[in-house]
Amino acid sequence: MHNMKIESPITQDSTPIVFSAEMMTEINAVIAMFPEGKSKSALIRILHIVQTHYGWTSVPAMNTVAEILNIQPIEVYEVASFYTMFHLNPVGNYVFEVCRTGPCMIVGSDDIIAYIEEKLNVKVGGTTADGMFTLKTAECLGACGYAPVLQCQYKFHEHLTKEKVDEIIEAYRAAQFVN
Amino acid sequence: MAGRKLLIENVHIPGIETFDVYRKNGGYASVEKALKKMTPDEVVEEVKKSGLRGRGGAGFPTGMKWSFLAKPEGVPRYLVCNADESEPGTFKDRYLMEKIPHLLIEGMITSSYALGANVSYIYIRGEFMYILHILEKAIAEARANGMLGKNIMGSGYDLDLVVAPGGGAYICGEETALLESLEGKRGNPRMKPPFPAVKGLWGCPTVVNNVETIAAVVPIVNNGGEEYAKIGIERSTGTKLISASGNLVRPGVYEIEMGVSVEEFIYGDDYCQGIANGKQLKACIPGGSSVPILPAHLVTKTAAGENRLMTYESLADGGFASGSMLGSGGFIVFDEDQCIVRNTYTFARFYAHESCGQCSPCREGTGWMEKVLHRLENGHGTMEDITLLEEINKKIEGNTICPLGDAAAWPVAAAIRHFREEFEWHVTHPSEAQTRNYGLIQPRVEEIKAL
Repeated sequence: MHNMKIESPITQDSTPIVFSAEMMTEINAVIAMFPEGKSKSALIRILHIVQTHYGWTSVPAMNTVAEILNIQPIEVYEVASFYTMFHLNPVGNYVFEVCRTGPCMIVGSDDIIAYIEEKLNVKVGGTTADGMFTLKTAECLGACGYAPVLQCQYKFHEHLTKEKVDEIIEAYRAAQFVN
Repeated sequence: MAGRKLLIENVHIPGIETFDVYRKNGGYASVEKALKKMTPDEVVEEVKKSGLRGRGGAGFPTGMKWSFLAKPEGVPRYLVCNADESEPGTFKDRYLMEKIPHLLIEGMITSSYALGANVSYIYIRGEFMYILHILEKAIAEARANGMLGKNIMGSGYDLDLVVAPGGGAYICGEETALLESLEGKRGNPRMKPPFPAVKGLWGCPTVVNNVETIAAVVPIVNNGGEEYAKIGIERSTGTKLISASGNLVRPGVYEIEMGVSVEEFIYGDDYCQGIANGKQLKACIPGGSSVPILPAHLVTKTAAGENRLMTYESLADGGFASGSMLGSGGFIVFDEDQCIVRNTYTFARFYAHESCGQCSPCREGTGWMEKVLHRLENGHGTMEDITLLEEINKKIEGNTICPLGDAAAWPVAAAIRHFREEFEWHVTHPSEAQTRNYGLIQPRVEEIKAL
């Protein structure tokens, strides 16, 4: 996978951080879904919880997850770095992941990506100066009949046009969407 | 005329996503019938009689897959639903789960009963987190109404259902990679044998079925396998959800009776209503990005001149020389303006991105194909590059643990087979290739090295 830009634990302060009681309630509920001794199965969903709370999955947060699941930190890193949804570096408040695979491409996703780059003055992979938006591309998001498509956090935005992109950006700026 | 619908007939009933409305419209009848009147083996028998084939893409007979499940004493067995829908062009499971979630829950209960599973899992791609919440709500409703938990409908049968998300990885749609992921690991496919039916989730016997496959068990149990098998042609029985995308007047999810003609599906009023913007059909990928692309003249007719039908057999007619596959039903349509080289490049990039990296032919080969196609698409390629692509193809196919390598190789081979002149045009017209679309005037570093 091309998502291997994990910061070395050596360069980040790797001291585990303390999760809030609210997060721990969510995490414990996920662990309880799996049989005794199989709590590692909760890992991916816990990483989603971590990312939802912090915006990205940092090394200290992953170390805390390892402690909770009683597994080695590397078992968390290798999973987080394999799955493309997990951001291993800080991102903006809102991450636009624009699908660019065939079915989206043939109905104009390249134009949409170029337009967002211009509109936000940011290149794919970059974050706007105000820290509001990060632009990424994604491989097939499974919404090909409603293309072009982008996903922001867990919300899908479909049938994209330049006008619709303007509206979406304005709506996020006004914090109308709660992810 | 639109055919019968067995899965999404009731999708437009207001409130069908709730237990009460779903139940009032005949929902959970298959659970009632199976648990009260049938033995697990009788349910398996009906599924065998139905001729149902796996709807995720491979088309393997479901009843046979179920009958392979090992049943050692004292070892739990699992049913795992594959809701990792990631094949480019495919979005039918998302539609089904979002619109009528109880159909999947009902299918899971009836199928789990048939297989003797007391805990079953739905593994859903992480991008569909909002659907995970829809499913969990449906599961809570089903539990509150006595359809899940202990002693379901007084039958003595117990079942728990758990939904688990992935994190963004196409490979987790491969069943053994899915099981690895469900165990909280990287999605690296396992060597087979042992097959999941013997050693699956946590080393226990496991059946992995696609969402649509499990949903189809509901009408099969309700009406009987023979009734289901009456729909369709030969070994393509029942109905199939088709995800139609690309340059169509009306893209979307359609439930078709197997055997509808491709022409009717593309142009018919009940289906896609033709090519968008009054343009002509150029090509079609009928079963998701992994299956061979067909040029216009082979889309509606086979090479022998017969009408091409929406069945496993008819779409495959002609083999790889002039046919394709039904696959997952991801039906992608291209109009006359589309560039096949560019499309092939996006798919190659997709597979290079999604290769798990375990087997070198796939890890390296998909990366090579992406780079070679990139330079062809951007006007920096040579005629030898076309030959090189064909050679890379041969070195990937059949040499990897899982089918991702084949899935990456075949579409490239088919695109060159049917649209070679378009690849050659990119070589003979470099400046036009560079300025059209999003061509790079300057080649990438690795392309400079290769030139």
